[in-house]
Amino acid sequence: MMTTSTIPISTQVEPPWILPYRGTVGMVCLIVAEAAIFLIFFVAYLFYIGKSLSGPLPAQVLELPIFSTICLLSSSVTVHFAVSALRKNNLRNCTLGLAATVLLGALFLLSTAREWYHLIRNDGLTIRTNLFGTTFYSLVGLHATHVIVGLIMLSIALGISLSGRMKEAHSERLDVLSLYWHFVDAIWVCVFLVVYVIGR
Amino acid sequence: MPDANPVMEAIDETVTVKRQAFEVIYDWVTTVDHKKIGLMYIAYALIFLVIGGLEATLMRIQLAVPNNHFVSPQVFNQLFTMHGTTMVFFMGMPILFGFGNYLIPLMIGARDMAFPRLNAFSFWVSAFGGLLLYFSYFGASGLYGAGSAPDVGWFAYAPLTAKVFSPGHSTDYWTLAVFLSGIGSIGTALNIVTTIICMRCKGMKMSRMPLLVWLYLVMSSMVFVAVSPLTAAQIMLTLDRYLGSHFFDTQAGGSAVLWMHFFWIFGHPEVYILVLPAFAFANEIIPVFSRKAIFGYPAMVAASIAIGFISLSVWAHHMFTVGLGAAGDTFFVFATMTISVPTGIKIFNWLATIWGGKVHFAVPMMFCVGFLFQFLIAGLTGIMLSVAPFDWQVSASYFVVAHFHYVLVGAIVFALFGAFYYWYPKMTGRMMSETLGKWHFWLFLIGFHLTFDFMHIPGLLGMPRRIYTYDAARGWGMWNLIVSIGVIFQIIGVGCFVFNMVRSYFRGKIAGHDPWDAWTLEWAAPSPPPSYNFAIEPTIHSRRPLWDLKHPEDPDSDYE
Repeated sequence: MMTTSTIPISTQVEPPWILPYRGTVGMVCLIVAEAAIFLIFFVAYLFYIGKSLSGPLPAQVLELPIFSTICLLSSSVTVHFAVSALRKNNLRNCTLGLAATVLLGALFLLSTAREWYHLIRNDGLTIRTNLFGTTFYSLVGLHATHVIVGLIMLSIALGISLSGRMKEAHSERLDVLSLYWHFVDAIWVCVFLVVYVIGR
Repeated sequence: MPDANPVMEAIDETVTVKRQAFEVIYDWVTTVDHKKIGLMYIAYALIFLVIGGLEATLMRIQLAVPNNHFVSPQVFNQLFTMHGTTMVFFMGMPILFGFGNYLIPLMIGARDMAFPRLNAFSFWVSAFGGLLLYFSYFGASGLYGAGSAPDVGWFAYAPLTAKVFSPGHSTDYWTLAVFLSGIGSIGTALNIVTTIICMRCKGMKMSRMPLLVWLYLVMSSMVFVAVSPLTAAQIMLTLDRYLGSHFFDTQAGGSAVLWMHFFWIFGHPEVYILVLPAFAFANEIIPVFSRKAIFGYPAMVAASIAIGFISLSVWAHHMFTVGLGAAGDTFFVFATMTISVPTGIKIFNWLATIWGGKVHFAVPMMFCVGFLFQFLIAGLTGIMLSVAPFDWQVSASYFVVAHFHYVLVGAIVFALFGAFYYWYPKMTGRMMSETLGKWHFWLFLIGFHLTFDFMHIPGLLGMPRRIYTYDAARGWGMWNLIVSIGVIFQIIGVGCFVFNMVRSYFRGKIAGHDPWDAWTLEWAAPSPPPSYNFAIEPTIHSRRPLWDLKHPEDPDSDYE
């Protein structure tokens, strides 16, 4: 704050002034806010378990989505692999990791789409059918929306890294994206527990 | 301290060329500067303050005498819905975010917010939400001709919001407006938290941040967990209305009480989200005009965080009349009473700050003293209402209306006016007139007490809220007349304020860097600050960096 003509020599060395990366903090804030939104949908789901006035009921129509769960959970590993590869400036492995993540995410979405198609077509369950349909489609749909958003961002990252413009300096940013993806994954674990284990 | 920083002003030689109107507008619409966005937030909120105030005035004219036919029952329903929604979502939140946007980077010695473009997005999306709410007056009936405003009340209880009971699109406009305002709020809150954590200047440890910054940190963190549930509930309501889902559809087994829970999980923390910035303004103004450092800084921080946490577990005191059962009632009674402990700590700390100080009663300080007393009374009626049996008697009566307006007007709006007088010189470079300010203060104070003190009485006599008229034999007539007369004083007071702001912009005394001899970093920047805030990034050594600068022989850093 002032102009001095001499350089002050301080006897004690001050610790360097380092603050957290703003992308990470911003993403953590977003995750907290999103978690609160999901929490309300979870509460609604749990509150309405067994309160549907008509069928079909979860036990009759839901099957454990083992394949899609494996896909999504392993995509968390691959995105982590991509980030740590970028940190070591290994561009090839980073691209590989991102491609695998996008592929696994897309597979997850496809199997959700299959599940929904089956439910709507064969079991006649829509969002208007009963409370189960209402809470099921809104909760799983909200999660799927987050998967789609994540996939779009991951695809952009993949595009950038395929075109060779991804640098080691971007690892912090990719880390922020991976944070979001881990969150989407963690929510799926809760969805799995609430919808397919407790709710069935 | 006009010449504390000659270097800064040497660098800040902006060429003043008269610009065309279009260029100025283009500049404001596309800006990502936190100060301009803050000012836009404030201006936009002031417009909605006037609109919401007009709605309140119309309602008070209607209720001034028994059996009045000034407005129809339908219009009255729209008026109280629009008044509540406007004041909470489009006046309260934006004006507080506006001050936060403007002040936080300056106070922590940063050059902008952490995400400037997100900041602009959040503002514009909130602004769009407000426009959407009022567009319902023209568009809510779609192609069928004249529109109608939402009329479901500001908390829009189910099943009133179901398609059957709210045909047309007025409720959808309400939902969308509130949803967008929520998105904007979460965006700005995210920005504020990130700015505070990541953008502090050298030496600005968490323990050295001005209390305003601390309180905005707590308030913004609360926005994540409080506004998000409302956003979720609005998504559900939209699904109900458009896709035929059954979240709040009692015919299909849905629950109307669930909406109440979801709404008040938002609604009660929201009150604290609104009042914490008011505390923040008092925290900055009271020490400066008492010429003392704030008393009990760590206790103030701890109390704010405690308020943040406790306020998340009190929501169902809005629902005592639903019948929660003895256990639920007891829990929420005690949780609600507990929150008076940290607020009490705050009041005592403010009193201790004033105690023994060389108090200088400028207009900002007068408003803060008004805030202190009125907030205390609002808190006392709050404790009365927290007792479930008492609440059963007066729930949804004018006693409740008087109580929360005591908080919202008596505490928050008073602190806000104080903040306007205090920071106006920083924002415009000119002082506001003290004489007009004192007129504003006294008129508004008289009007406020006429309106809201006497509003408690018809409530205790059994007058329910939201009725559009009442019978003369009820004996509420005189009280309602006094309440309505108070509005006249308030309008004249606010008129003085608006006139003062406009006049001072052109004719006010030049303020200089630091007209109040204050201690926080924003007063080190020129008034108004240049777009980069600080030519040299400051380094600080205590909670009152400007005190250290002015008193190098006795710096605060020796004592902290």
